[in-house]
Amino acid sequence: MSVELDVFVGNTTIMDEEVYQLWLDGHTVNDAVKVRMEGGVMDECEASKDVLLSDTMDQYRTFQMCERLLHSPAKLANQLLFQIPPHRQIMLIERCSRDALIQLTHLFQRSHNSLFLYLFVKPPPLCYVSSHGNLFFVSLSLFRYYAFDDTFVREVLGKKLSKGTKKDLDDISAKTNVTLKSCRRQFDNFKRVFKVVEELKGPLVENIRQHFLLSDKLARDYAAIVFFANNRFETGKRKLQYLSFQDFAFCAGQLISNWTVGAVDNMVEDMDVDLDKEFLQELKELKILITDKDLLDQHKSLVCTALRGKTKVFIEMENNFKNLSRGLINIAAKLTNTKDVRDFFIDLVEKFIEPCRSDRWTAADMKLYLTHYTNSAHILDTFKHQVVWDRYMGVVKSCIFKMYHD
Amino acid sequence: MPGKLKAKIVAGRHLPVMDRASDLTDAFVEVKFGNTTFKTDVCPKSLNPQWNSEWFKFEVDDEDLQDEPLQITVLDHDTYSANDAIGKVYIDIDPLLYSEAASVISGWFPIYDTIHGIRGEINVIVKVELFNDLNRFRQSSCGVKFFCTTCIPQCYRATLVHGFVEELVVNEDPEYQWIDRIRTPRASNEARQRLISLMSGELQRKIGLKVLEMGGNAVVGYLQCFDLEGESGLVVRAIGTACTLDKLSSGSAPNTNTHMHPNTAPASNACNSPSKDGKESPLAHGCRSTHNSPVHSVCSSQRLSQNFSVSVPTLIFTGMGSGGSAGKEAGPLRTLLRQQTQTALEQREFPFFTLTSFPPGFLLHVGGVVSARSVKLLDRIHNPDEPETRDAWWEEIRQEIKSHARALGCHAVVGYSESTSICEEVCILSASGTAAILNPRYMREGCLDIGCTDHRFEEPSPPNCGFCHIPYDELNMPFPAQLTYCYHCRRQKVPDVLFTTIDLPSEAAVAGKGCLIQARLCRLKKKAQGEANATAISNLLPFMEYELHTQLMNKLKLRSMNALFGLHIQISVGENMLLGLASATGVYLTALPAPGGIQIAGKTPGDLSSEHISSIQKRINDTIAVNKELYQINPPELAEEGVGSPIPEPRHRSRLFRSHSESSDELSELDLSHGKKDAFVLEIDDTDAVEDIHSLLIDAPPPTGFYSCNTENMPGISNWTSGVQMFTSVRVLRLSNANLTNQGLNKIFTDLCENLLKSFYFKLRSMIPCCLCHLNFTVAVPEEELIQVTVTAVAMTYDKEQTQEKTAEKPVNKGSLEAEEQLQFPLELCADSSSSNIQTASKISDTVSLFTPAAKLCQNQLLIVRSAGVGESTNISPRAASVDYGSFADRCSTWLELLRLKAHTIRRGSVKTSRRTQSLAHSVSSLERCSPLQEGRSRSLRSSRSFGGSSVTVVKMTPLSFLSGTRIIKYLGIINMFFIRETTSLREEGGVSGFLHSFIAEVFAMVRAHVAALGGNAVVSYSMKECVFMENPNKNQAQCLINVSGDAVICISETDQESSASTANTGQTGGGGTDGAT
Repeated sequence: MSVELDVFVGNTTIMDEEVYQLWLDGHTVNDAVKVRMEGGVMDECEASKDVLLSDTMDQYRTFQMCERLLHSPAKLANQLLFQIPPHRQIMLIERCSRDALIQLTHLFQRSHNSLFLYLFVKPPPLCYVSSHGNLFFVSLSLFRYYAFDDTFVREVLGKKLSKGTKKDLDDISAKTNVTLKSCRRQFDNFKRVFKVVEELKGPLVENIRQHFLLSDKLARDYAAIVFFANNRFETGKRKLQYLSFQDFAFCAGQLISNWTVGAVDNMVEDMDVDLDKEFLQELKELKILITDKDLLDQHKSLVCTALRGKTKVFIEMENNFKNLSRGLINIAAKLTNTKDVRDFFIDLVEKFIEPCRSDRWTAADMKLYLTHYTNSAHILDTFKHQVVWDRYMGVVKSCIFKMYHD
Repeated sequence: MPGKLKAKIVAGRHLPVMDRASDLTDAFVEVKFGNTTFKTDVCPKSLNPQWNSEWFKFEVDDEDLQDEPLQITVLDHDTYSANDAIGKVYIDIDPLLYSEAASVISGWFPIYDTIHGIRGEINVIVKVELFNDLNRFRQSSCGVKFFCTTCIPQCYRATLVHGFVEELVVNEDPEYQWIDRIRTPRASNEARQRLISLMSGELQRKIGLKVLEMGGNAVVGYLQCFDLEGESGLVVRAIGTACTLDKLSSGSAPNTNTHMHPNTAPASNACNSPSKDGKESPLAHGCRSTHNSPVHSVCSSQRLSQNFSVSVPTLIFTGMGSGGSAGKEAGPLRTLLRQQTQTALEQREFPFFTLTSFPPGFLLHVGGVVSARSVKLLDRIHNPDEPETRDAWWEEIRQEIKSHARALGCHAVVGYSESTSICEEVCILSASGTAAILNPRYMREGCLDIGCTDHRFEEPSPPNCGFCHIPYDELNMPFPAQLTYCYHCRRQKVPDVLFTTIDLPSEAAVAGKGCLIQARLCRLKKKAQGEANATAISNLLPFMEYELHTQLMNKLKLRSMNALFGLHIQISVGENMLLGLASATGVYLTALPAPGGIQIAGKTPGDLSSEHISSIQKRINDTIAVNKELYQINPPELAEEGVGSPIPEPRHRSRLFRSHSESSDELSELDLSHGKKDAFVLEIDDTDAVEDIHSLLIDAPPPTGFYSCNTENMPGISNWTSGVQMFTSVRVLRLSNANLTNQGLNKIFTDLCENLLKSFYFKLRSMIPCCLCHLNFTVAVPEEELIQVTVTAVAMTYDKEQTQEKTAEKPVNKGSLEAEEQLQFPLELCADSSSSNIQTASKISDTVSLFTPAAKLCQNQLLIVRSAGVGESTNISPRAASVDYGSFADRCSTWLELLRLKAHTIRRGSVKTSRRTQSLAHSVSSLERCSPLQEGRSRSLRSSRSFGGSSVTVVKMTPLSFLSGTRIIKYLGIINMFFIRETTSLREEGGVSGFLHSFIAEVFAMVRAHVAALGGNAVVSYSMKECVFMENPNKNQAQCLINVSGDAVICISETDQESSASTANTGQTGGGGTDGAT
């Protein structure tokens, strides 16, 4: 005797937050049942294990059906398959974060007869949320679907979003302790977003946000992932292991807003994904700062004069100046090569951060040094490339600040 | 050529990718009606095409308009090969044919493909221009309104109820035509969908014609069913109740709409109806005294003093009432009334009503459930245009029902429904309903206006107990029932239990809350072919009916209740087993005597297992006590010793025995009474019995915060809040164990149903406090070793606080009710009908189609009931009628008869019933007065709470006839949709569950889309009438057929209405006097 078929379909779609999370985390139905049982949900309604199993299966099926919609969330606004009655919108507003609210109004404006996913959330005692907070949880669930584990994304950051990488996911899963299912979902999300924004004009972050209805923060993170995947930045080397995804995401933001085509012209395809070739070409001009002996000495003395007495590591700074300056400017000069673009971060670490760290600079020292290093160049009479210099150093400076930690 | 249909294709969205190379689609649309087809241009390379086509115009007969659906096909243009179909949309344009319903169909429809499901959406606008006054054309019946709702629809008033209409059409099933071998599954499915759509249209048109002939303008309680008879064809049949409906202007709507939320008023009074006070109150004593000596003046004076809310008309009635019972004034009136009832109903072939709830005063008395079943062998329908056999089969069944009703002294059957169960070539036809006596006023023209009724016709009768009073002659009781005086009015007799198929009348007084009661049963059957199979099945049927009835009775007692409403018994046939499922809502009617307990008895008194027995007894008693608490049953405890004398000690104690005690002599020996009350005795004579009792006890009560019922209204709950969740659940169980016993099967089946309920409670826990209403279970045996249970129901939230609030005001109410109970009229309606019975009944007994020895066995037993002590009756002319009670329960006659059947039938001989010498006045209670109505309304308005309307079109669905917290302002037409879904990639779609889950979700989506396109925002009286699922996992295939129906409506929230009431005069409604605000 076995249950051959078992379904429950409501006119308004019932979803349980907890089960949703379990599904996202890639738990099997049986695992999810176990987790729920431990969570004590059984006591609530005199439920048995069978009931829980049946409910979990139903929920999983519903999520699977929704998944198709979640892949292109904009469709969610006027899809007809699932229904949510958006009454009590005022309650919503109270419960929404400002960011989520913007998304919601956005959703609403676009769909007068919008039928959303209706989420009966949490069982009591939180059940009052269910009738009030529907929409809130819609967008939450969307965020959740597109949410990712930092540890996982750190592993694939800068890798090509290809089948090859997808095959390695089981290794990553084992390494990061994220279930393979969840890894696949996250990876597919990256790929999907990548594919969509590839063909769109306009600013990257805004495109992602509009198209996938994500929060600003999440959209920025996705932009970073897409940017890294497109330029194939090397992030996996041992020396870069100490950097978190958020460090890289910050750097990506800097690069996107300053070094890409979009930084100068905002109506080009791929404008935020590809670095500005002209700019990279111009960076070669900076070499004069290290090849011209006079200029180098002049620069050094200016910086040292400014720093003297303001830091404990002055001696080291003075001794290392030429080395460090050569390092930074060589990085700039080589960026025309795609290969060297990929090595941008590892170069920053090897050529600049590591020497400083071995001399025990503090973060404040670093800030002081880079500020004067950048500003002093402006005073050099024979140095004519101020604009390029600022555009370059502005990003490098903030990247190094972000990356300079243990 | 009286009609012009216009359609415009606007746009599409979310189309599937049809061209893999470009990831795009070149879509165009074909619009077809009848034999005319139009095409749009191709919209190249777009998944969101904008066609913005011209208006495609079809000039057609109105007959076609009714029969044909508009067929819209979306295709992908392909230059080199055949165009690929993306999917179709069928639009039923019937709603556009009535003047009051929708005027345009416009909206996004899901594009549906029978293999791939929903594939994008298409925006369509459809209009109809009708040229002539169509009522002159008799081939068509445009303008007749159809309602699935089984009560008079809100915002309408029934001026006349004409009665039963039925029709069936048959055709060959495309799935079984030779051509099916060479066409694709898609083509075959589409042919079937189209055919059924056509047949439904034709059926509806034909029924409409009948309604027009009768002079009506609407069909209420329209129930359409499919019989997929396989090789022998496809039958589409429908029944309904023809009415003449008047649209109420929106202002006056609330007045009449009261009865649509039945229960709001009296039930609230009932749920707490504490009659402890009543017992002590002088009023109650007054009541009793009237029993002994009918001095009505006493009562009326008391009423004056007691009741604040007495209205003037009531006083007039009182006067009339007291005079009437003795005086001659009422005499002619009564005769007149009776004649009207008689003629109105006698004229009809079948005085049946598919309605389950009625305007107050419509239902006078209820006799009990009548049902009939017949086993048939299907053969090919040779001439589809003359479906005589099928017609004849139903004719037989209906005749049988009619005769059963007569035997119960009733002239009508209400809550009537028909169903079939088919397995291979065997078909069980079933019909059931509730025998009743109706108020004749509704049969006459122009008398239904509640406001201006001629008061002289109002025969006041206690509205809250009148329907319980037995309609049959006590002397000629058709079955042995234990009668007592009504616990409410103490004037007339009531049975000890009452089973009905209707909803609880709004005016009924109940104690506590109701609950779902189910009896479940499996019976194994040998596999057989042809007649042998049919015989085997019909042999089993009476025993199943009996067992189900026993279970129902026991479970009812266990819950300390005394009446069942909405009783629905389904018997489903499979190759090797029969499944029986009886569902009903149990309730404690305060008019009926309190149910006795259940007594457990061993085979021999001094049994060794007596300890065991007493432990079981204890468990049972505990359960009863717990249930009383759970359902808050605190009935008015009328001390029997106090009342003692007027209540005749019933000669029979109706006692249910487990299967082995057969003779009535044994009955008297085992007089184990449970206190003073009559007890049910369950005898434990073998292990089976023990298991039965265990199974009795395993029905878990719903968890705290949940109630359940299968009727429109939950007895005892009326303060609904706006939370509504309609759901459908399907579960299929595979029995792996080849050699199962009946017992084992029963257990499995019971667990299946119980587990389903538990699942619902768990899933809906966020809605607590809530009630599962209209729980509709359908069982099927799709294959050998498979059991399928399909459930559709609605969960509704309610406000706990308000219940208590209402408790406070109830005494007032009670006073007024009791005051009314003083009035009574004797009427000899029953006598007459029973004498007319003599001829018909005896004839009918032979018309029953029989395959079965068992049926014959029963037929031998004509139960002769003769009234003897005629002269002793006091007031009323004696009825010396001898009722030939024929065709006695071969398959299933009235439930109560079965009681007797058990006790006596097996002895194979005719049985005589006891004679009762005491005769009682039978009163025909009539319309209730206006004042309680008003009270009811004010309560119902207050009880409903809702929230501001939203700009977003959300379509709510409910199997009930109303949506809590809202008022229906417009009916847009009937939704009747049939879908087939098939897959050849079952595993890829998530197995059978995944397949069905998405199909049901898609069906919901399509229903919602159609309703929204009609301009509606809700579906009421929604039902899934068919869900046939077939699978072949080895071939990775599955197919499912779903048929759903309901009424598309526009409803507005009641708070909105109230706030807009003041402005209603100016805007909203064109109707004249809008006095909604007052």
